[in-house]
Amino acid sequence: MDAIILQFLNGLDKGGAYALIALGLTLVFGTLGVVNFAHGALFMLGAFCAVIVNKILNFQLITIDPEKKTAWGTPVEIKTSYAEAWLGDFGAFLVDYSVPVSILIAVPVMLLIGIIMERGLIRHFYNRPHADQILVTFGLAIVIQELIKAYFGANPIPQTAPAEFAGSANISAMLGLGDSIVYPWWRIIYFLFSAAIIAAVFAFLQFTTYGMVVRAGMRDRETVGLLGINIERRFTVIFGLAAVVAGVAGVMYTPILPPDYHMGMDFLVLSFVVVVVGGMGSLGGAVSAGFLLGILQSFASMNEVKAIFPGIDQIIIYLVAVVILLTLPRGLMGRSGVMEE
Amino acid sequence: MTTTAKKQRPEWLTLVIFTAAILSMPIWASVIGAGYPDLLQKFAIYGIFAIGFNILFGLTGYLSFGHAAFLGIGSYAAVWSFKLFTMNVIPAVIFAILFAALFALVIGYISLRRSGIYFSILTLAFAQMSYNLAYSVLTPITNGETGLQLTQQDPRWIDNAFSNAVSDGLPITNFFGIKMSGYEGFYFCATLLIFCFWISMRVFNSPFGMMLKGIKSNQTRMSYTGFNTRPYTLAAFVISGMYAGLAGALLAVTDPLAGAERMQWTASGEVVLMTILGGVGTLIGPLLGAGLIKYFENIFSAINDNVLNAFFSFLPESLQGLFTSLFSLFVGKGWHLTLGVLFMLIVIFLPGGLMEGFRRIGNLFNKKPKGEQS
Repeated sequence: MDAIILQFLNGLDKGGAYALIALGLTLVFGTLGVVNFAHGALFMLGAFCAVIVNKILNFQLITIDPEKKTAWGTPVEIKTSYAEAWLGDFGAFLVDYSVPVSILIAVPVMLLIGIIMERGLIRHFYNRPHADQILVTFGLAIVIQELIKAYFGANPIPQTAPAEFAGSANISAMLGLGDSIVYPWWRIIYFLFSAAIIAAVFAFLQFTTYGMVVRAGMRDRETVGLLGINIERRFTVIFGLAAVVAGVAGVMYTPILPPDYHMGMDFLVLSFVVVVVGGMGSLGGAVSAGFLLGILQSFASMNEVKAIFPGIDQIIIYLVAVVILLTLPRGLMGRSGVMEE
Repeated sequence: MTTTAKKQRPEWLTLVIFTAAILSMPIWASVIGAGYPDLLQKFAIYGIFAIGFNILFGLTGYLSFGHAAFLGIGSYAAVWSFKLFTMNVIPAVIFAILFAALFALVIGYISLRRSGIYFSILTLAFAQMSYNLAYSVLTPITNGETGLQLTQQDPRWIDNAFSNAVSDGLPITNFFGIKMSGYEGFYFCATLLIFCFWISMRVFNSPFGMMLKGIKSNQTRMSYTGFNTRPYTLAAFVISGMYAGLAGALLAVTDPLAGAERMQWTASGEVVLMTILGGVGTLIGPLLGAGLIKYFENIFSAINDNVLNAFFSFLPESLQGLFTSLFSLFVGKGWHLTLGVLFMLIVIFLPGGLMEGFRRIGNLFNKKPKGEQS
């Protein structure tokens, strides 16, 4: 029982990351009709926002104290980061909480990157075949990835969660079940965070006028345009929004997985499987397929399961994708007539 | 697709020109600094891979993102043939093609039930499954991360039945006694490349090829005319899978080592890039694309800062440093960046690939009379 709950929790945070990336992919596909292979690169860029913020906060001021000497007789060097030196306790707090703080930076940065990408490149591909869109965004993903590699190197750069959340939570004690289930705090936070973001995006689309217009545009772009609404501009904003969602998903994922230049591609392939399993163009499908596949993957990595089907943990996602696509042609919740030409 | 109104050149002439160009490659490739056998072998091998991929993608329009799986399967089958039977390359090639065809038949039969992006994802899923399994559970067959390689203890039943000579060092692959390394290896690959090109040309000009082109332009209409399109697409899938298997076998022939990373989706992506870069649906385009990418990989990645410094040494010192640091982004380890930029430019400005570029240049020089544009 404990093992099952633990695996369930394990699946939730990974599923959260899949769901957030797949949500952005589906948003872009549903509004602009573009298959964006560079979406994983946006996830990666978000993660590197966290790296940059952390680097800036950790610039150090080295002062030499002439009074104190080390055992070797040289003056002691006291290293304090500028943030701490200038802002005192608040600075220390900033350094500790660099990952969540990065979100504040990542949101405008990713919005800008998203809008530039859409206006500069993707816009010219609305009327080109899907294969062309896939290829040009694939090329863009390679370029972004290589630029990041050129500046940050090929090695993963570990980031730490705030000290408060670095440990593990005793979940079973909270539920009054004894001490058997212990789970890292940050992963729980990641799940809650992704759930909050998903809820926010859905609320934005469902309860605001802006979102209503966007949904109407997803259904019938021409009619909305005929009503005198500049739907193109709104879709651009939606592309920016998708970039932000991918970016913050990347920022918060850094303490779980040290970011490196190809993390985007690794997630992208899985996220595409997630989107297709959920059904192209269905937001609910993307989210539920994300969590479903995340949880299935973590159950498949249990030793008991592996003993029966060796190697199942490696292929479960793809296996599920194949089975679902063969039994449900449009994925879990796909609409008809999308991407079938 | 790109049939011009020009009078069709007879097939035998194309083949003769092609053969001459390929066989004289060691001579003219050395002009552009590519005249060493390792690289020439790669040109030929990846050329076969891309030509095969083009039979599926170029003719039927089905974009497979999992073709590298067949390349890997071909390699493994070839290396196992070296290990178990003989170092002769002919059985290895035959085994590789058979195994790749078998897998292509199964995977194609399942994947071709869907089209569009669903087909791409299905092929991707199968390729990733093969890759992950080759890495983990199938280690007894694939030797996992280390890669499958020859050892001195291999049984090699057929070879050992004929000779008892104890050799020191690892045996080398051979074609009835001719060692498959250096230029001999290249000419072996080149012969197969010419053969593959001939088959691909026959497919393009055959009724079967016309059928595939019909499926690409309008599958629904093809079905309405009474054709069951599935067997045709499946045949195209299996043929291109066999090409990939052959390419994998040749990789093993020139260097008897098979690793799982050959099956990863990035490898599948590479062959898509090659085909697009050269020109989808053209006969010679994919080969050009393959050559170009392999050329860049070898030449550009070999350039380092010293070479750049020497190249820009005619500039004043400050500019020299600037140019060197700017260009070093694009060469050496960063050659993928060049590839990405080049690829984006091609897709944006020249959707038909290099072949369309050549055609446009050609059109500038000989303007066709009006009304003949097809």
